[in-house]
Amino acid sequence: MSTNTLVNAPTLAQRARNIRRNALRMGEVQGQGYIAQALDISDVLAVAYFHAMRYRPEEPTWEDRDRFLLSNGHYAIALYAALIEAGIIPEAELETYGFDESRLPMSGMASYTPGMEMSGGSLGLGLSIAVGMGLGLKRKGSKSRVFTLFSDGELDEGSKWEAMMSAAHHKLDNLIAIIDVNNQQADGPSKQMMGFEPLVDKLEAFGWFVRRVDGNDLGAVLAAFDAAISHSEPQPRVIVADTLMGKGVPFLERREKNHFIRVEPHEWQLALAELDAGDRS
Amino acid sequence: MKSPMSATPGKPRLTTSAMIASIAAEGQKTKPAPFGNALVELARSRPEVVGLTADLGKYTDLHIFARAFPDRYYQMGMAEQLLYGAASGMAAEGFMPFATTYAVFASRRAYDFIHQTIAEEDRNVKIVCALPGLTSGYGPSHQAAEDLALFRAMPNMTVIDPCDAHEIEQIVPAIAAHHGPVYMRLLRGQVPLVLDEYNYQFQLGKASLLRDGREVLIISSGIMTMRALEAAKELAGDSVDAAVLHVPTIKPLDHEAILREAGKPGRLVVVAENHTIIGGLGEAVAALLMRSGVHATFRQIALPDEFLAAGALPTLHDRYGISTAEVTRQIKGWLR
Repeated sequence: MSTNTLVNAPTLAQRARNIRRNALRMGEVQGQGYIAQALDISDVLAVAYFHAMRYRPEEPTWEDRDRFLLSNGHYAIALYAALIEAGIIPEAELETYGFDESRLPMSGMASYTPGMEMSGGSLGLGLSIAVGMGLGLKRKGSKSRVFTLFSDGELDEGSKWEAMMSAAHHKLDNLIAIIDVNNQQADGPSKQMMGFEPLVDKLEAFGWFVRRVDGNDLGAVLAAFDAAISHSEPQPRVIVADTLMGKGVPFLERREKNHFIRVEPHEWQLALAELDAGDRS
Repeated sequence: MKSPMSATPGKPRLTTSAMIASIAAEGQKTKPAPFGNALVELARSRPEVVGLTADLGKYTDLHIFARAFPDRYYQMGMAEQLLYGAASGMAAEGFMPFATTYAVFASRRAYDFIHQTIAEEDRNVKIVCALPGLTSGYGPSHQAAEDLALFRAMPNMTVIDPCDAHEIEQIVPAIAAHHGPVYMRLLRGQVPLVLDEYNYQFQLGKASLLRDGREVLIISSGIMTMRALEAAKELAGDSVDAAVLHVPTIKPLDHEAILREAGKPGRLVVVAENHTIIGGLGEAVAALLMRSGVHATFRQIALPDEFLAAGALPTLHDRYGISTAEVTRQIKGWLR
């Protein structure tokens, strides 16, 4: 969390709502995007950026920050939404999302955006980089942690399992992975593309400390982050977050084939209205 | 199907060259593990240097670094994608990883990881790879005939093909002084010593005229410079005067030196490389000459566009035209 905690700081629920609003507003700018994923992961990002992580909004490359590696680069819209809420990216830039010369390209790239620590897009890269960063931070005697987010579809990539073996082998207790299990990838439901269950058993067998939670239950997500951070064994940690695509906007939650969503112009206001209605109820 | 290689009567039958076979000819002057020793020397004054490998420490001479600096040595297991992703992560934290494996595994298996996590982010990783081109008799699984073409095509990547032990010792500090990703072909074990007799000093991005000659200009890199120098001596015995321009930096290419030498009229220009004829030094030089309006009689000595055979290296180098005898024979034929 940012060092200047305010007494009247917004609640995590408000943070998550604001992240969703930012993502929807960027989606509206382009008329399409990975909106359903952004909505499903907003609660996790709220806890990561407003409870778990140490960083300085005005100094995105602060040496003692916790690193956040977005392996699933197409979730950039979600991370930008969180970085805007965290004050790392000015809110005004939201209007530039996906346009030529913008610092906010559709797929996350390290050289474009403050707070974006890797270039994703090609799935399966992030955990390997995280292993190297974890080793490097230990070598420097740093207390910083490496967080990395990836999706259930990325579990199909063999490189993820190379990196999982390696992280446990090197006892990287400064590494916290988050797997977004939304059961949706490009060609359809993830479990139909390549079955990955029983996931907790697999990850534990690979030597990881595992917490599996409803990724849209803020209290449960908070507890999982706390458990991962306070765990004392010398092993890497992973939070498996089961999430609902489109979470918070009922008509998007119900929409089929929601990997890459096209939303009609009039629907964006409806989406924001549904989000606000859900927040009041 | 490959045509069987029949043993020539009266000649000793050679066995398949081991993966760690030295490319040095019998009786040739050599130096042991120039990369490993040079890296230890560098690491003494550069605490940010770390060594990573994917189960090939002993076979890339990185074990010498591991002995000297055990806590700066990272064994990543037989996982090349992880190796280069992790090297990127360590570079992001301010370290200078020298990450070693065989050239086939870096160029073919880990290409996307190097492309995205190292080159695209301009990370300071030195990719040092043994068994370049045809330096293994083990077959296509270990023969990196395409590595230079693949890494030349990658933006931000510097590509180096050293000739001998003397040059490798000089390259290690030179690439450390250059911030950014580098792909370096590695000769390991007992490595031939050739360039010490030419008052040679490696400079990143610079070609070097090792000998001058009126009739032929051989432009070469890597072990083919050693072959070119030997061929030039043999050609001299037949009163053919050959120049040798050594081009260890494949990218960025030394345009000025190549255009200056190839632009001198009346010489046959031959590019010799331990690499497939597609996309390596030969085609790079040809394109440069065409773009610059330099017209020369141009020939290539390179590996054919095919999957190469397994066998003994001397046999294979003869068969594919990159042995000294074959280089000499081809040049004589072109001059006829």
